[in-house]
Amino acid sequence: MNRAKLISFHHGACVPLTELPCLDFPTFRESLLEEVAGDARIASFFGHPDADGVNLYAVLAHDWQGKLALLHTRVQNSFPSLTPECPQLHLFERELAEQYGLRPEGHPWLKPVRFHQNWIAAADIWGRDPDLHPIPGDMDFYQVAGEEVHEVAVGPVHAGVIEPGHFRFQCHGEKVMNLEISLGFQHRGIEQMLIGGPHPASIYQLEAAAGDTSIGHTIAYSQVLESLSTVEPSPRAYAVRAIALELERLANHVGDIGAMTGDVGYLPTSSFCGRLRGDYLNLMADLCGSRFGRGLVRPGGVQFDLNPELVDKLLQRLSVLETETRGAIELSFDSPSVLARFEGTGVLSIDAAEELGLVGVVARASGLMRDARLHHPLGGRQKLFDAPIIETDGDVFARGNVRRREIYASHRMIREALQSLQSGENRIPLGPLAPDSLAVSLCEGWRGEVVHVGLTDGQGQLARYKIVDPSFHNWAGMTMVLRGEQISDFPLCNKSFNLSYCGFDL
Amino acid sequence: MLHILSERLRQGHRTGKFPQQEPTLSERFRGLPQITPNLDQQQQSAAVASCPFAAVQSVAGQLQIDVGRCLFCADCPVAELGALEFSHDYRLATRSRDDLLLGDETYRLAEKLNKRMLKLFGRSLKLRQLSAGGCNACEADLNVLGTLVFDLGRFGIQFVASPRHADGIMVTGPVTENMRSALLDTYAAIPEPKLVIASGACAIGGGPFRDSPETNNGIGDLLPVDLYIPGCPPHPYTALDGLLRLLNRR
Repeated sequence: MNRAKLISFHHGACVPLTELPCLDFPTFRESLLEEVAGDARIASFFGHPDADGVNLYAVLAHDWQGKLALLHTRVQNSFPSLTPECPQLHLFERELAEQYGLRPEGHPWLKPVRFHQNWIAAADIWGRDPDLHPIPGDMDFYQVAGEEVHEVAVGPVHAGVIEPGHFRFQCHGEKVMNLEISLGFQHRGIEQMLIGGPHPASIYQLEAAAGDTSIGHTIAYSQVLESLSTVEPSPRAYAVRAIALELERLANHVGDIGAMTGDVGYLPTSSFCGRLRGDYLNLMADLCGSRFGRGLVRPGGVQFDLNPELVDKLLQRLSVLETETRGAIELSFDSPSVLARFEGTGVLSIDAAEELGLVGVVARASGLMRDARLHHPLGGRQKLFDAPIIETDGDVFARGNVRRREIYASHRMIREALQSLQSGENRIPLGPLAPDSLAVSLCEGWRGEVVHVGLTDGQGQLARYKIVDPSFHNWAGMTMVLRGEQISDFPLCNKSFNLSYCGFDL
Repeated sequence: MLHILSERLRQGHRTGKFPQQEPTLSERFRGLPQITPNLDQQQQSAAVASCPFAAVQSVAGQLQIDVGRCLFCADCPVAELGALEFSHDYRLATRSRDDLLLGDETYRLAEKLNKRMLKLFGRSLKLRQLSAGGCNACEADLNVLGTLVFDLGRFGIQFVASPRHADGIMVTGPVTENMRSALLDTYAAIPEPKLVIASGACAIGGGPFRDSPETNNGIGDLLPVDLYIPGCPPHPYTALDGLLRLLNRR
């Protein structure tokens, strides 16, 4: 068997591209499949074209070793799809097909991802007119035929104040046999805009990559640039980032529990949590003037300081909010009518979660311990994270309960971080980025792991920047839980995932 | 049941007194920018060149900021040059695109609708919100208006599911190419007369995604806009203030 020696490194390292051998495809394939059959999972997989074809890079995460590994190969026009043996690559390969006109031969579900023209003016593998912008949602949907079988199409414009996406259900009566999701409506071309950077506008585009995860994405981006310019932010800056990351988690998790209880008609928790979510956003605004953490995290550190008065104020506010949040949440988790709707609904098995490479709250609710705060921390913060939370039932209740327990853990983590702030520089200026290098960054945003990869050219500019929002992995999990469920449970299942459309569409 | 009641008592009454009482915003909140007067040509050129989103222009020897394009950046390079300062004023909504261009004059806040439209919508305004590439920050802070702190319903304003039930459309996002036709279709499905509200820097001028080939730089000429609400994202009180001004409620 062909087996390549892995280029293994710790999170935060800058890897010179010259140290990364270009494997022939069979060796790449064998090595990748063997790693995934072991303890590795795919954190990122992307292409970068040069004169000789398209370079493919696979970033593997060995979570329990706290290490990352890289594999590199080069392909032209087509390559044998790895998806049949490694389903967690399914969307990454579709993405390559869409971006570079590469055909993954034998891919079982080869459809467009975001509906844009390909980036290198290659022939369109779906045979669409190269001069026209593709029409979103224009693809063959999986269909079930038969008596009493009907199809329900929802979106792109949904009923609520929410982002757009298209959902196609194949139903028999109330029962859903299959759900297929077609996204791309939010595609703004972020990865393309980042090429040649870092540009002055880049950080603001990343703040809005998924606007509810501004802190998660800006931390990931800053870590990439810090790795590439070998700058280490101060412990104080790391602590302020950690506080902001947990505040973002609090606001979103509290909002999600409110939305889930709202969907089962339990209004007390729903309305209390709606208000509390806003109060957590206001804490973020106390820190940086923006309720969504815009402007706080910057490469080299953070842009706002926490003076002692602000620390006191935050601690005080947090303790009030903690009591109120517990009161609001425990009401619903103590209510049989809520539990009856949560338990056993939208079950995702640990096997499906693992095969599809799911991350974050969804993975942890199905029994997979995946948390970048535990496995891939930076700045010596591993000692400070001792609250990995896991549930095993994989249903709506488990996803709610992971959030509930993480909320209580975040309260404690923020309090401890505020009480033990060290002095130090808020922000250390970055030097130039190392040329011809690659850096990977992981950050456990509130939905799950945000992965950014930056690859520089000979001048130290970003030649390729790859973003993987947790939603990119997790939407596939959403389609799995609907199988065999009542269509009327879709909103509840959807709220229990609460995935990002723009984080997926980029 | 007793648990619910006692928790209800503990959570208390939370609906704000807006608009009778002004809201308390965080100390670090960045509101309406104010251009520093009497900058020389060189300072103006430096300021114009420094904004990554082309929000600052020099017009007839006077520096002017396009509040619609401004993202209220914490590290605003124009502010670092001393050419502008962010005030604490959250009131930003205007009725016309030109009113968003601010030099040394007073900012022209949104005026009320005309008599006929006020008669129709003044006491009941149903809006269809449409995200056309919005990053979920604008959407989230519009959703917040429905919570008990803001309680949008007490002003007769409500977000509705169907455009057929709506009196207007509230657009967020830079209008991605992939949402352009859905935006136009949704607008067409709303019965006349109807309002268009552009909420957030993206919908007004493309925001951070200005000049991406995949976006349309906001609504632009696609639809006739009746109310512009600047911000990235706009503070919920900025949006509420704009809506109430439109309805002659403040």
